[in-house]
Amino acid sequence: MNLLGKLSWSAVPFDQPIVMFATALMALAVAFVLGWVTRQGYWPYLWREWLTSVDHKRIGVMYCVLALIMLLRGFTDAIMMRAQQAVAAGDAQGYLPPEHFDQVFSAHGTIMIFFMAMPFVIGLMNFVVPLQLGVRDMAFPTLNSVALWLTASGILLTNISLAVGEFAKTGWVAYPPLSELQFSPGVGVDYYLWSLQISGVGTLMTGINFVTTILKMRAPGMGYMRMPVFCWTALASNLLIVAAFPVLTATFAMLLLDRYLGFHFFSVAGQGNPMMYINLFWVWGHPEVYILILPAFGIFSEVIATFSGKPLFGYRSMVAATMVICVLSFLVWLHHFFTMGASADVNGFFGVMTMIIAVPTGVKVFNWLFTMYGGRIRFTVPVLWSIGFMVTFVIGGMTGVLMAVPPADFQLHNSLFLVAHFHNVIIGGVVFGVMAGYNYWFPKAFGFRLDERWGRASFWCWLVGFYLAFMPLYVLGLMGMTRRMQHYDNLAWQPWLLLAAVGVAVILAGIVCQVIQLAVSIRDRQQLRDATGDPWNGRTLEWSTSSPPPAWNFAVLPTVTAIDAFWNSKSALAKPGTSAQKLEYEPIEMPMNSATGFVTAFFAVVTGFALIWHIWWMAGLGVFGAFLTMLAFAFRDREEVEIPASRIAQFYRARPAEIAR
Amino acid sequence: MRHRALAVSLIGAAALGGCSEGVLDPKGPIAAAERLILFNSLGIMLAIVIPTILATLGAAFWFRSSNWRARYRPDFAYSGRLELLVWSIPAMTVLLVGGVAWVGAHDLDPRKLITSTVKPVTVQVVSLDWKWLFIYPDQGIATVNQLTVPVGTPISLELTSSGVMNSFFVPQLGSQIYAMAGMATRLQLQADHTGSYRGLSAQFSGDGFADMRFTVNAVPTEKFAQWVAEARGAGSVLDEHTYADLAKPSEAVSPFAYRAVTPDLFNSILSAGMRPSDSSSMHHSM
Repeated sequence: MNLLGKLSWSAVPFDQPIVMFATALMALAVAFVLGWVTRQGYWPYLWREWLTSVDHKRIGVMYCVLALIMLLRGFTDAIMMRAQQAVAAGDAQGYLPPEHFDQVFSAHGTIMIFFMAMPFVIGLMNFVVPLQLGVRDMAFPTLNSVALWLTASGILLTNISLAVGEFAKTGWVAYPPLSELQFSPGVGVDYYLWSLQISGVGTLMTGINFVTTILKMRAPGMGYMRMPVFCWTALASNLLIVAAFPVLTATFAMLLLDRYLGFHFFSVAGQGNPMMYINLFWVWGHPEVYILILPAFGIFSEVIATFSGKPLFGYRSMVAATMVICVLSFLVWLHHFFTMGASADVNGFFGVMTMIIAVPTGVKVFNWLFTMYGGRIRFTVPVLWSIGFMVTFVIGGMTGVLMAVPPADFQLHNSLFLVAHFHNVIIGGVVFGVMAGYNYWFPKAFGFRLDERWGRASFWCWLVGFYLAFMPLYVLGLMGMTRRMQHYDNLAWQPWLLLAAVGVAVILAGIVCQVIQLAVSIRDRQQLRDATGDPWNGRTLEWSTSSPPPAWNFAVLPTVTAIDAFWNSKSALAKPGTSAQKLEYEPIEMPMNSATGFVTAFFAVVTGFALIWHIWWMAGLGVFGAFLTMLAFAFRDREEVEIPASRIAQFYRARPAEIAR
Repeated sequence: MRHRALAVSLIGAAALGGCSEGVLDPKGPIAAAERLILFNSLGIMLAIVIPTILATLGAAFWFRSSNWRARYRPDFAYSGRLELLVWSIPAMTVLLVGGVAWVGAHDLDPRKLITSTVKPVTVQVVSLDWKWLFIYPDQGIATVNQLTVPVGTPISLELTSSGVMNSFFVPQLGSQIYAMAGMATRLQLQADHTGSYRGLSAQFSGDGFADMRFTVNAVPTEKFAQWVAEARGAGSVLDEHTYADLAKPSEAVSPFAYRAVTPDLFNSILSAGMRPSDSSSMHHSM
């Protein structure tokens, strides 16, 4: 019996210089960070304040850090693909052989969707939602930490695949029969499946946590129709997570049974049906798009209202539109495969349903427009991202509706037109949204603003780079170029691909500007400091507490009487005759730190790695370890710590600006 | 600004029309109808999208905080009439495009036969790792990576796959459709102009995917008969054995032809996809 399953030294691709170089670079970066932390003696601090923290703000920040690192990884893949397609024309094969190119585009999609967009959106929701609701933490703080670390486990496993073994060569959707053992005998698909199974469980936990928090834990007086729109979009997004992610988990479980135990759910042989996987995948996959974009819509709503100095126009319409999208998103999945050969009635139905989603989306765009109308717009970095979004997203939405027309899709499906479309909505929508949110809420998280100049430079590079990189892809799609081609013989395509490569270089400049922006802002943090906790003249409750907020968020839970609760209380204070309430502090019970999440995730990585390499004893140990961790958590003696009133009073004495409110 | 945008789009359209070889340069009725639908839908939507973009930029610019001439209306947050307008504009647009989608889905249903006085030519398509097999059951011949069809004649395609899924796609002739093992899909195409057109797989299918190209030669009817006669005169026979050889993975295969084909080979490939690979004796009825 082989103790290491399928694992041996041959799993490390020593013969592939590009892979080994990337691995070495990553190993060096990790070693440098770990070494630096050790040298500075930061481990106890990191462990106490971050790794075991169950504070929703800390968890939110860690999600965003993960997302930013994965943005770099996923973007590296993008550069490699664009470079390959820019040169591999005619007889040229480029520098990436098919078996490597196939892994690059599969990893790019998987990482960008699951490990960049998802953590970024979830991170911002984590940080903001409890603050906006005027509460002190999530409903299940430890579960929140477990969810974060399970996501990190998935990320780690995916990145291990670079050095040990291979990643999936099937595209990020891993359609069978290609992803079945018969056609993909390697460990690549297993890395894909187990990474996403583990992080998917984390995402489901997040969904349950947010739905519970938003439904059950709002500040006194905050009825549903007084919730900030971002909380509404977060609710819709998390309802979708709860409804859709189990579908993905079950689908992957069936594919895993096919691959590990010879089942025939999706195989060609034995009357399996691969189309069933494709249906189920998109039953998750289309709601997933809205899981990402709805919170981004919420961010734009907050940003545009705040910087226009106006309440959001048509709040009720916005809420209605959000919930309509939430429901409709489950009725459109078939538009991902009109070319399957379904009947005209089926295709026609799903085409029309898809277009109907454009109605509430259009309503949102018009409402943002009317929010700006009559406002006093301050052109800060978040506003630039928002306006860039409105213009770009309308184009992306239009090409989406275009492809919802089945006969048009018969021509555009799986072409670069499609690739351009979904980058148009995901970059123009989700990425612009999280960038707006990052610039908008950064001062709340860290107490100082981000540098405006570098922020603007980054925005313009991203915007111009996006158009340069993806408009040529629309053209190429119309010229009949399909996606995922390692090389091509049509030389007429090459100029457009070269232009797209230039676009990617401009986006790279945007990312570099963002890194510089962060570095410059940390350097100049004294000048950029915000002592008031309300740098933008905000409207919602997160701006009513200090920046960064204390662990308990609010010494006294705010009482809400209308939407834009903080704006209203500021207006009330501005009137003569009213004065700030004299506050009497009471001790606050806060959840205790817990290593449960981190330890569970450690065992999840062990289990996942063992299952990928068929090291059964190790998989057993991993599951057992995770189970013991759960037991230890279940039998804990104490779960809360009391923060004494004196410490709270001391905190606010040091911050007179806060008291003035 | 507007003029510049117009100029840019005109130049773009001209550049595309010239060297496209794609959707915008159709060579058959299906592709032409699809291009028309594409333009109609795009036109309907641009009518609303362009004003929206301009209004967004205009409102953002005019209501900038430094513009003292703009009126600040901090309480303008609701208007029933505007709400009605805001919901009805996209609804009307979708009504129009939705109509185009519904009618188009039926008119251009890939299975719908092309009305023509000419008798259609039947071609059975099998996607293999990584090449295309075209069987002409009526002519009794087969080709690999090359599809020769008579011009002005409806081509009735029946498609399946030997294993992995692919998508049969000739951009200049129109609709693509999946080729899936164990299942048969149908597609009707027609070439109205002689010429050779690029065909490819649109669904990623593994390492050799990029070379899964084929050429469609649309030739005059008499030339087609001549080509069939020539094909019958040379090459080998496609039977169960040669098919088993052909089905083995290979990349960038140069086009060639078989002079004869075992009858019903397509159906046996189709049903092979539904049998468990380990027990060929088991037979499943459809």
